[in-house]
Amino acid sequence: MAKSALLKSSIAKKVAMALSGLFLMLFLAQHFFINMTSVFSENTFNSISHFMGNNPLVQFVIQPILIVGVVFHFIMGIVLDFKNRAARPIAYAKNNGAANSSWASRNMIITGLVVLAFIILHFYDFWVPEMVYKYVEVNSLDETRYFHEMTAKFESPVRTGLYCLSFVLLALHLWHGFSSSFQSVGARRVSLGTQKFGYAFAIIIPFGFIFIALFHHFNH
Amino acid sequence: MKLTLKIWRQKNAAAEGKIVEYPIDHIEPDMSFLEMLDILNDELIMKGDEPVAFDHDCREGICGMCSLYINGEAHGPDRGVTTCQLHMRMFKDGDTIFIEPFRAKAFPVIKDLVVDRSSFDRIQHAGGFISVNTSGNTIDANTIPVNKKDADDAFDAAACIGCGACVATCKNSSAMLFVAAKVSQYALLPQGRIEATDRVLNMVSQMDAEGFGNCTNTGACEVECPKGISLENIARMNREYMSASLKG
Amino acid sequence: MALDSKIPEGSISDKWTNYKDHINLVNPANKRNLDVIIVGTGLAGGSAAATLAELGYNVKAFCFQDSPRRAHSIAAQGGINAAKNYQGDGDSTFRLFYDTVKGGDYRAREANVHRLAEVSGNIIDQCVAQGVPLAREYGGLLDNRSFGGTLVSRTFYAKGQTGQQLLLGAYSAMNRQIGRGKIKMHNRHEMLDLVIVNGKARGIIARNLVTGEIERHSAHAVVIASGGYGNVFFLSTNAMGSNATAAWKIHKKGAFFANPCYTQIHPTCIPVSGDHQSKLTLMSESLRNDGRIWVPAKLEDAKAIREGKKKPTDLSEAERDYYLERRYPAFGNLVPRDIASRAAKERCDAGFGVNKTGEAVYLDFAAAIQRYGVDQARIKHLDEKDTALVIKLGTEVVANKYGNLFQMYEKIVDENPYSTPMMIYPAVHYTMGGTWVDYNLQTTIPGCFSIGESNFSDHGANRLGASALMQGLADGYFVLPYTIGDYLSPDIKMGAISTDLPEFVAAEKAVKDQIERFMNNKGTHSVDYFHKKLGKIMWDKVGMARNAKGLNEAIVEIAALREEFYKEVKVPGDANGFNQELEKATRVADFLELGELFAKDALHRNESCGGHFREEYQTEEGEAQRDDENFAYVAAWEYTGKPSEAVLHKEPLVFDNVKLVQRSYK
Repeated sequence: MAKSALLKSSIAKKVAMALSGLFLMLFLAQHFFINMTSVFSENTFNSISHFMGNNPLVQFVIQPILIVGVVFHFIMGIVLDFKNRAARPIAYAKNNGAANSSWASRNMIITGLVVLAFIILHFYDFWVPEMVYKYVEVNSLDETRYFHEMTAKFESPVRTGLYCLSFVLLALHLWHGFSSSFQSVGARRVSLGTQKFGYAFAIIIPFGFIFIALFHHFNH
Repeated sequence: MKLTLKIWRQKNAAAEGKIVEYPIDHIEPDMSFLEMLDILNDELIMKGDEPVAFDHDCREGICGMCSLYINGEAHGPDRGVTTCQLHMRMFKDGDTIFIEPFRAKAFPVIKDLVVDRSSFDRIQHAGGFISVNTSGNTIDANTIPVNKKDADDAFDAAACIGCGACVATCKNSSAMLFVAAKVSQYALLPQGRIEATDRVLNMVSQMDAEGFGNCTNTGACEVECPKGISLENIARMNREYMSASLKG
Repeated sequence: MALDSKIPEGSISDKWTNYKDHINLVNPANKRNLDVIIVGTGLAGGSAAATLAELGYNVKAFCFQDSPRRAHSIAAQGGINAAKNYQGDGDSTFRLFYDTVKGGDYRAREANVHRLAEVSGNIIDQCVAQGVPLAREYGGLLDNRSFGGTLVSRTFYAKGQTGQQLLLGAYSAMNRQIGRGKIKMHNRHEMLDLVIVNGKARGIIARNLVTGEIERHSAHAVVIASGGYGNVFFLSTNAMGSNATAAWKIHKKGAFFANPCYTQIHPTCIPVSGDHQSKLTLMSESLRNDGRIWVPAKLEDAKAIREGKKKPTDLSEAERDYYLERRYPAFGNLVPRDIASRAAKERCDAGFGVNKTGEAVYLDFAAAIQRYGVDQARIKHLDEKDTALVIKLGTEVVANKYGNLFQMYEKIVDENPYSTPMMIYPAVHYTMGGTWVDYNLQTTIPGCFSIGESNFSDHGANRLGASALMQGLADGYFVLPYTIGDYLSPDIKMGAISTDLPEFVAAEKAVKDQIERFMNNKGTHSVDYFHKKLGKIMWDKVGMARNAKGLNEAIVEIAALREEFYKEVKVPGDANGFNQELEKATRVADFLELGELFAKDALHRNESCGGHFREEYQTEEGEAQRDDENFAYVAAWEYTGKPSEAVLHKEPLVFDNVKLVQRSYK
C-alpha cells in the first residue's frame, strides 16, 4: 500500500505542494535578481535575458519544468481547497480565525488566485509575445530588445498599479508559504531562523519587484 | 452578569438546526461556562422546554469530553483550557455569546451541541498502539533506558486529550495535530519504534478515509489546543510518513 | 447464605501462585466460543477487556462516554504504586502489602492485598512496554516520588496525568483488539439491568444513549467495572457522569454490597465557591510533599481573614497553626488522607476556616519556595541572601514540579498560588466500599464479576494515595483473566446464549417500564434538584463525621426524598433519542437507594475506622477508635426489596500476617 499511499494520501499532497512551492520560490528569486539588473544596467539585463531566452537548456528543459510546476501548484492548490471546504459542510455562524492564526495563512487560496491572475497577465504581457516573436514569426535575434519591451509595459499607470498590487498579495502568500513548506516536508525544527528568513524573503522579493516596476514607471 | 446566548439547536442528526437566542441573567464571574449552561438548562426545564444537550464529564479539563465553539473559538477565548475550565470572568455584562458545536464532516452532530467524535477512535484502532500482549511477561521496566528528553517529548505528545478542538478550529477540519501527537508519542519511544512504519501509514490512511481536511499549517490548532500540543509533532509525522512511504 | 471468600490455602506469599497452578484453564480454541460482557472501560474494565480479548474471548465492552478513553480513571493525577524498590529505600512486596493493610485501617482482606502487592511490579513493566510515558530521570531510568501514609518512594508517575496516561495505555491495548474485531465496543451505552438465567449472570439490558433504543446483550459472564459511587454526594471529584447504576442493579439482582460507608474524603480539593457549583476539583496529594497546611492560631485572625481585613501573608509564623505538623510530627503533612481531611474539618468546625464560607484551610508553598531557592542559589553560586532572587529561583523549582496544578488552581480561583497560599478543603473522592467479591473477584451472583473501584476488596476503610490505579490495573490485567477462566471452563460447549430467553424479555420490560414512568411523570422539579438535596443530606449527616442521631435522620430523610422524587421529578424530552435528563434520572434513582443503605451501614458500624468516623467512637486526642473485637468484618448487605430492609452478612477478617494496632502516624 505504501507506494500508492505516497501518491494519494493527504500528507503526500501537502508535501507535493510544499516542494512545488519551494521550487517556485527559487525561480522567483532568480527572476528577481535578473530583473534587478535592469535598474543598474540596461546591457547586463539585455544579455542575461537573451541568454535565458535562447539557451536550449533553459528553453526546452527548465522552462517546461517551470510551467508544469506552476500548473501543478495551482491545480493542486485549488483541488485541496475544494477538498478542505468539503470537510466542513456547515460553516460556523461565528468564527474568530484572527484569534489563532494569521490572515495570510487562512487565505492562501485568495492570495494564490490573485497571483495566478497576475501570472496570466504576465504571460500575456511577456511570454506570449516572446513565443510569437521567436517561434511563430521567427524573427531574427536581437539582443537589445528586452529592456525596451519591459519599460514599455511599465508606462501605463494602471498596469504598474496592478503589478504592484499583485506583488503585495504575493508577499502575503510567501509570508505563510515559506515556513509552511518547511513544516510540510517535515523540517526537524522550523526554527525561528527559518521563519525569520521566510518573512524577510516574503518582504524583500515582492517589494523588490514593486520597486523595479515603480522605478521604470517613473524613469521612462 | 446579564448575557445573550445564541445557541445551535438541532433535534437529532437528521434534523435541520438553527441558532436560537436565549437571554440569561444572574451569572456570576466565578461560575464555569458549563455551570452557566446548567442554569440555563434548569430554566428551560422549568419552562417546559427541552434543555440544551452538550457533552461534558470530568469538569476538570482532562477527559476531553466537553467541546463547544464559543464566540468563534474552540473551548472559548481563554488559552490552555477546556470549556469546563473556562470561567465566566472571561466575559462581561451585556455580552452576546455564540455557542456552536464543533463542526466537521467527520464530527457529525448528534443533538444540539453534541457531536460524534468516533472517527478519532477509528484512527486509533488503525494503529494507535504497541502490539504487546498483557501477559505480565514483559521485560523489567528499567531494562531499556529512555533518554529523558525523548521521554519528556513523548509525554508532551501523549498529553493530548482527544477533544477535537484542533479539528474544530482548523479552517480545513484537519485532524493532523491529533494523529501527529499519537504517532509522535510512539515514534519517540524505543518500544514504539518497532512498528513505527506501519503505524504512521495505517493511521494516516484511516484519517484520510474519515473525511478530515488537509493541513495547511495555519497553526490555529496549536493555539487552541487545551493541552498545548506542539506543531512540531506534525512536522515529525510528515517526516515519519515520508520515510515510511519510501521504505514500504 | 454464608459468605465464602474462597481464599486459597497456604502461606500468604504462596496463595496466588498455588491458586494459579491449580485452576481450570480454557484452551485457546474454546475461548473463541465464550463471550464476556464488560461494563465500564476505565483502568479495570479497559485492561480486562484488552487482556481477555488477547486471550481469545469475545469481549463486548460498554461505556456511557463517547469513547472508552474518557473513563474517569483519566483524572487520577498523582501516580501509581509498585513495589519495585528501584530507589533501594527498603521497599518490598511485603512492605507494600503491610502499608496498604495498615493504611486501610485493618479492614481489608489480607490475601487480596498481598496479591495486589505481588503483581504491582508487573503493572509497571506492562505499561512501559505499551509506551506509557512515565517520568524518567536523566539517566533514562524511571523516577519515583513519595505519597501519603508510606515511608518509601514507590510511586511512579507521568507528571500530573498518571491516570490519563495509564488509561491511554489500556485504551491502546483495547484499540488493538477492537481493530482485530475481538472487542466489540459499545460507546454511549448505559447498562440498566443484569439478566440472570438459571442462577447465572448471562447478559445485560443496555440503553443506547444516542438512539434511546433498549438493547439485549448476552454473554457467558458479566464483568462490572463501573467505578465508585462518590456522586451520591452530588458534589465530589468524580466526573459528572460517574454513577452507581450498574453496581446497584446487580445488587438488586442478588450481589451483596459491602461496606458502603467507607468513603474517602480527599483533603486537598478546591473549596466550594457557591450554590452554582457542579463539581469539585482535586489538587493532587503530591502537593503535600512540599506544601504546608495551616490555619490561623487565633480565632480573631481567622475572622479577620474571612472578612477580608487581613491577608494570610500578614500573619507571622507564630500566628499560624501548622496543625498536621503539630499533631503528627512523624508524618506531618503526609499523613493518610482520612486523617488529613478530618483534621481540616476539626479546625474549620472550631472556627478557624479561612474563606468566606469558613470551610477552607491554607496549603502554603512559601517555605518550599524559600528552601528550593536557597538550594538553587548555592548550586548556581549565587547570593543566597538576595531574597528576591531566592524567591525567583524557588518559584521556578516549584513551577517545574507542580506547574500544571498551580495553573489549574489559578484558572478556577483567580488567585496566584505562588504568592498567596492555596485554599483547600476536603471533598468526596473515592469509595472503598462496593460490590462484595470473593478472592476470584466474583460477586455473590455466579458469573457476575466486579473489578476496580466498583468492588470493595483491597483498600479496607481507607485507600492510600496512588493505590487505586494499581488496583484497577491489577484486577484487569493480571487477576481477572485467571479467575474468569476458571469460572468459564465448564461452559465451553454451551454455545452463544439467546437473547430471546424469557429472562431477557422480562428484564427489558422492567427497564422500559421505569423509563416510561419517568417520561410520563408530570413533575415540578428537575433531576438535579433532587440530586442536590440528596447530596446535602449525605454531606451533612453521612459525611466526614457521623453520629447515630444524624444517621437515623438521614435514613428517614433519604427515604422521604426518594418518594418525593418519584412523584415530583420532571424529565423533559423524548425517550427515543439522546436525552441527558433521562440518563440523570435513572442514575439518581439508584443513588437515592444507595444513599440509604450507605447511612444504614454507617449507623450499624459502631466504631471509627479509616474513612468512617463516628463521633461517638474517638480517642481522647480525637483519633479514630476501632473496635476490632466486634467489627473486624466486612459488612455485606443483601437486598430484599428496600434498602432499609437489607440483610447484613458478615465476612470475618482474619489477620495472620499483620498485627492489629492503633494506627499511628505521630
